[in-house]
Amino acid sequence: MRTVTLPVAYMPLVDAAPLIVAREMGFDHAEGISLDLRPAPSWSSLRDMLAFGHVDAAHLLSPVPVAMALGLGGIATRLSAVSVLSMNGTVIGVGTQLAGRLSDQGYGFDFANASEAGAALAKAAGDVLVFGVPFPFSMHVELLRYWVAGTELASKQVEIRTVPPPLMAQALAGGEINAFCVGEPWGSFAVDDNVGALLLPGKAIWTCAPEKVLAVRNDWAETEPHVLGSLMRAVWRAGRWLYNKESRTTASEMLSRKTYLNVSPELIDRALMGEFTISARGEQRHVDGFVEFFDGAATFPWRSQAKWVAHQLAKRNGLDVTTAERQAAKVFRSDLYRRELHGLGVETPGASEKLEGALPASTAVASTHGSLILPPNVFFDRRIFEPTG
Amino acid sequence: MSQNLTVVVVEQNQDRAFAIVDALKESGDVDVFVIGNASGLARKIATHSPDIVLIDIDNPSRDMLEELTVASGPLERPVAMFVSGAAGGLAKAAVEAGVSAYVVDGLQAERIKPVIDTAIARFHVLRQMRTELAETRRALEERKVIDRAKGLLMKAKGVSEDEAYALLRKTAMNQNRRVADVAEALVTASGLLS
Repeated sequence: MRTVTLPVAYMPLVDAAPLIVAREMGFDHAEGISLDLRPAPSWSSLRDMLAFGHVDAAHLLSPVPVAMALGLGGIATRLSAVSVLSMNGTVIGVGTQLAGRLSDQGYGFDFANASEAGAALAKAAGDVLVFGVPFPFSMHVELLRYWVAGTELASKQVEIRTVPPPLMAQALAGGEINAFCVGEPWGSFAVDDNVGALLLPGKAIWTCAPEKVLAVRNDWAETEPHVLGSLMRAVWRAGRWLYNKESRTTASEMLSRKTYLNVSPELIDRALMGEFTISARGEQRHVDGFVEFFDGAATFPWRSQAKWVAHQLAKRNGLDVTTAERQAAKVFRSDLYRRELHGLGVETPGASEKLEGALPASTAVASTHGSLILPPNVFFDRRIFEPTG
Repeated sequence: MSQNLTVVVVEQNQDRAFAIVDALKESGDVDVFVIGNASGLARKIATHSPDIVLIDIDNPSRDMLEELTVASGPLERPVAMFVSGAAGGLAKAAVEAGVSAYVVDGLQAERIKPVIDTAIARFHVLRQMRTELAETRRALEERKVIDRAKGLLMKAKGVSEDEAYALLRKTAMNQNRRVADVAEALVTASGLLS
């Protein structure tokens, strides 16, 4: 069969797994395409590669296409998030000095309760707290700001600085930052490097945060609907494969290869299995579904998720919130998701928007085949986000 | 007050930095500063309050500059990557050449263009040199491995150098692999067995 070669950019992170698996397991060939995966040196480069047509699709931070639609950050190319690649998967960590003070205070590092972690950190920190994040437009920034605003940390002067993930441990050791929010494996890397301890999984702040999206240019999506459909189906199959616990050891091995993440498979395994070593002393913590690639419609691009991101960005940058939410809703393409994945018998929800933060427990919802169960969707402060427009 | 454009070049490699600085100086009235170390990059850039910042696209620290595109960044004046609007074609060319430029708002396009054009040309040359260097190095290494593999075959099978090479080539052809790959496999295997 003739295959179409499709250049796709990604950042070497655990949550690039669906793309790497699609390629390595041959889900791409099964759909008549051949993924040409290209690692990017930075998020800005990756965005430019996509915007200027060097690649046709990319593994992208979910707030990036939203920010671009709102005219933030310089580049104006219109992008579509055709599916969510991963839900959750970030960690918040602190440097050894802060970790020591937290321990001295008697803080138990439960790696679960965001309110208590915020209160403890506020007590342990000085007046100024500097967090490192990978990019100014990222779920990392949004989760951090949401958490800071809703805890005792609000009384501190909190600065957020951009540090490339592979340099996070170094920045922590050099005292440029006191803490960080980063995607795996870079949090665990800092722990193994003896420069920090993990405080919270991002999931403790919002249980259903869309972390990375599969992004394409709007014009490309219109001219190449068939290739787009093949790509979406191959990636969806990869997510389903990753959902099997039995697949994950294999997945860790695949991702660890020199061409991809080039770190030890054991480091990657921690995120995929949710088994973390949170300090240099070797303390272990478990997180159920630390990063999700499939279950509970994890890959469905809910328009309300885009609106939540736009809401935060608009408030911070002085834009009109209602307009911003309306613009953002067009970026998360639940319409394309339904159109392209319908044939696979994929369970899609009846609605394209939901109240974010309003599901304290797993709940069955109306869907195409009537058997979709959404996972708990709550913010740590139990607030509910109601999208407008 | 100087009418010169202030350009900051972020580049760790001193030779490359000099090459870019020289080229920019020839292109007209520009003051060029080089920053080599990425730590505290945004702060260091702010001290020069540049009109244009140039950085290699492959540099991971480039993301630190994105902070400057957000209005609340450490520079007083907002910075934008010069891609939006009319300069789009220029931006595409820059990205292809491997350079990214950040331009402070309010600069006229005709003042930016010569600087960016020069930077693009220089980055093209540097990139080509880097690729050639990497290729030369790889070729040299492959040569070395093939020579070692030939030596191993000559010793083990008591054949001449030409026969050893012919054997490597034949094996590579039969297995649809490169001679260098077959040679490397042989060297690794014999290392394990010895």
